[in-house]
Amino acid sequence: MLSKKQLFSRGMLDIAPHMLSVIPFGIICGAIGVDLGFNPYLVYAMSIIIFGGASQIVFLQLLSGGASSLVAVTSVGVINSRHLLYGAVLSEYLEKLSFIKKLLISYVVVDQGFAESNKFFKKNKTEQYLHYHLLGTGITMWVCWQIATLAGIILGSFVPEELGLKFAIPLTFIAIVVQDLKKLDHVIVMLVCGISSLLFFEAPFKSYILISPVIALFVAALLLRLKK
Amino acid sequence: MTWLSITIAGILTYFTRMTMIVLVRRDLLGEKIKAVLAYVPSAVFPAIIFPAIFINDYGAYIEMNDPKIFGALVAIIVGYFSRNVIATIFSGLLSYWIIIFVFLS
Repeated sequence: MLSKKQLFSRGMLDIAPHMLSVIPFGIICGAIGVDLGFNPYLVYAMSIIIFGGASQIVFLQLLSGGASSLVAVTSVGVINSRHLLYGAVLSEYLEKLSFIKKLLISYVVVDQGFAESNKFFKKNKTEQYLHYHLLGTGITMWVCWQIATLAGIILGSFVPEELGLKFAIPLTFIAIVVQDLKKLDHVIVMLVCGISSLLFFEAPFKSYILISPVIALFVAALLLRLKK
Repeated sequence: MTWLSITIAGILTYFTRMTMIVLVRRDLLGEKIKAVLAYVPSAVFPAIIFPAIFINDYGAYIEMNDPKIFGALVAIIVGYFSRNVIATIFSGLLSYWIIIFVFLS
């Protein structure tokens, strides 16, 4: 049985490699916000209030492009709706927590943290303090995101744009799913999701990010039927 | 006005994170739904990966010889065999940089 501290550090360790892409991305996010002409305090406040990478950039880009607040807010909601799926998966492991603790831990659920903690949870179902792993991944992400966006806001885009560091984002997610390429059913689900996301990319409010997982999960349910 | 929008967007985002964690109980999800939920990472992350590779900053599809496709393929191969996140990200970036700085410059 691992202690709370051990689980927390394990979470930090598991998420750490992803900082290779999260930190440059945070710097870019902060710099873009200021470049678009927004109040630096406002750009930074988003990292605390929304705390959601791509959705922060989309929000500011929409507003600066002349979209209404309603459109910008709806888009953020739609982009971040994928957390509903993460929550459904994690709920099984967080069941024993008190209501208040559930409310608090929810704030730090992010893509990479969910992915790494979920992998750990699947292998260590019997651990008593599993949620400390999720705290480890989530809090690490939070701290790095705050520092990175703040650096981008204060120093501007000191990461040269020619480096194309935005490309590190898809690479982080490739690193997360790449081992599942061993399983044919997962490969099919991934391709369905990926191709749908390209087909529905123009759908309003960035809803491709919600539509494609729904289609992919439907295909997953069909595959499960076929397997039986 | 922008502050108000950010606050509402933040509350919405928090609700997407919190709702399922608070509401879902073990007996609420059947075995079938749990089996489908096991596919969540494979069903969600490609929706981030594919557009980031195949669609450029201006919303247009990239050419088939775009260095990003090469970088992604290298990352997939390195990631598959190394099982290492840093190696995956770095190999993808490095191969992408080699193409844009050595071959295209």
